Amino acid sequence: MSLTQLRPSPQHAAPPPKQSRAKLLLYRFDTKATPYVFIAPFFVLFAIFGLFPIVYNAVVSLRTWKLDEPDKDGWAGFANFTKLLTDSDFWNALYNTFGIFVLSTVPQLLLALIIANLLNRKLRGQSFWRIGILLPYLTPVVASTLVFSVFFARDNGMANWFLSLVGYGQEQPLDWRAEKWSSWIAIATMVNWKWIGYNALLYLSAMQTIPKDVYEAAAVDGAGPWRQLWRITVPMIQPVVVFTVILSTIGGLQLFNEPMMFDQNPQSATGGSAHQFQTIAQLIYKVGWKDLNLGYAAAMSWALFLIILIVAGINAQLTKRIGGDR
Amino acid sequence: MTTFVNRAPQDTRGSWKTYLGLTAVLLVSAFPVYWMFVIASSTDAAVSQIPPSVIPGSQLFKNLNEVFTMQEVYFTASLINSVIVSTVITAATLFFCSLAGFAFAKLRFPARNALMFVVILTLTVPNQLGVVALYILMGKLGWNGTLLAVIAPGLVSAFGVFYMRQFIAHAVPDELVESARIDGAMTMRVYFSIVLPAIRPALAVLGLLTFVMAWNDFQWPLITLNGTDFPTSMVALSDLASGNYVIYRRVLAGAFAATVPLIILLLIGGRQIVRGIMEGAVKN
Repeated sequence: MSLTQLRPSPQHAAPPPKQSRAKLLLYRFDTKATPYVFIAPFFVLFAIFGLFPIVYNAVVSLRTWKLDEPDKDGWAGFANFTKLLTDSDFWNALYNTFGIFVLSTVPQLLLALIIANLLNRKLRGQSFWRIGILLPYLTPVVASTLVFSVFFARDNGMANWFLSLVGYGQEQPLDWRAEKWSSWIAIATMVNWKWIGYNALLYLSAMQTIPKDVYEAAAVDGAGPWRQLWRITVPMIQPVVVFTVILSTIGGLQLFNEPMMFDQNPQSATGGSAHQFQTIAQLIYKVGWKDLNLGYAAAMSWALFLIILIVAGINAQLTKRIGGDR
Repeated sequence: MTTFVNRAPQDTRGSWKTYLGLTAVLLVSAFPVYWMFVIASSTDAAVSQIPPSVIPGSQLFKNLNEVFTMQEVYFTASLINSVIVSTVITAATLFFCSLAGFAFAKLRFPARNALMFVVILTLTVPNQLGVVALYILMGKLGWNGTLLAVIAPGLVSAFGVFYMRQFIAHAVPDELVESARIDGAMTMRVYFSIVLPAIRPALAVLGLLTFVMAWNDFQWPLITLNGTDFPTSMVALSDLASGNYVIYRRVLAGAFAATVPLIILLLIGGRQIVRGIMEGAVKN
């Protein structure tokens, strides 16, 4: 009560009856505090389960945090990070991650552009096509990778059957998991399959905002549909292309599910008998929860974070440059 | 030169080549899912046949029954767990994100824009990089190995807040909110009786996208739930595929069972999912 009396009354009329003054107070509290009450759940939950772990990860990375020897926990300085530099498993995983990333991102985005261009017409059954190409996006990666495992099986696999039709691998069927190049192609195929339709819809959505007179003006040059796509459409949707490049960089460098489930024994997290397709995210899982060395796994997470930042920045610049030249 | 060139692509009728191309894309998109069903319904002999069989067998229920009754994989329980996790995450995301989105779109308060900027910043944080510390945090809370550990990090999403704010800004007229306030309605009341009914389409879109993501999540559930009696269906599937010798018709029967709910969602809410993805693109 005393608080309200300090304020100058807005009206000099008789004070409102008690009940409505309580209402006024409540109303004032409502306008002042409720907005914060409404946004608080997001910020509190995000701070605890989203932001804190990432910051705390930095602390963990500076410690010798082992799950099997909790009593030996102590500061390690930068030991975890210096260990990274000479860890051949880490560099191998980095190499694999980049290899798979390139094999999956470039075809993915190019095909998505072409499919978006097909969808960007007057079509019968418009929704049907759009919904249809989203089926891979919805299918759980864990489930689809198991199908692809059968597809790429060495014995009686469908991929090898196709190869045998063109006369390859008659005597010795290809063991897709055995080599870097073949396992990368198999995994990249799965990634491409999952994300092409999704990216095509992102591109389609941007293509539909291009003003029609842009095309009409360019028609003087007599550009065919193919040139129209690369000369007019793609430069016009460049911001979305940059956006998808960044998205695929963030997602591709953290690739986990496909290489995990493609393994003969998924739970080992080794990425093949000689780590031929072990990605960084997979190595982090193995170091943290198979070798029980959480401190080192945290250091790897930070290294991956930095790598993603750098690569996403470079890729965004490159995409802008390429688009600008057109 | 031909005449079609001076027309924008979206005004051009699709030619037979367009339909041919799209049909090919659709076949490639659908084939792995279809083949999952084929293997899930086949005998061992049919699975290892050359050329591979692409016709469904008649053993679907036998294979499903084997998966559901397997010891130590907890497949039936895992499906129920996945339903619980995805439903709770979806409901919480819809409620919290629409509340925050409403505040950011229609209420005036100090630091509103700065706080919204923070939300947009958090969109870019890759959460996966915090899993080590998240595991330690869940350990301190005693939640590791329980569904709580999977549910808690999914309760809110920055994208959800962002999406809801954009939608509410357009879908709910300012005058409607103002006049309700003048009539003495509390903000909470405005939210329930004016905002919620107006944003049903956006709730459907965000709900579907959130459910799918929660259902398919694998890495974090694997870390916190592996080896417990409470796996989600994705964790159980990875268990199923990790034996010394894997029976594919059985594993893929499990994969098929874990995929069917999402196929049903796509059939029911396909248009909404398409819209959500396409609207998200323009606004980003």
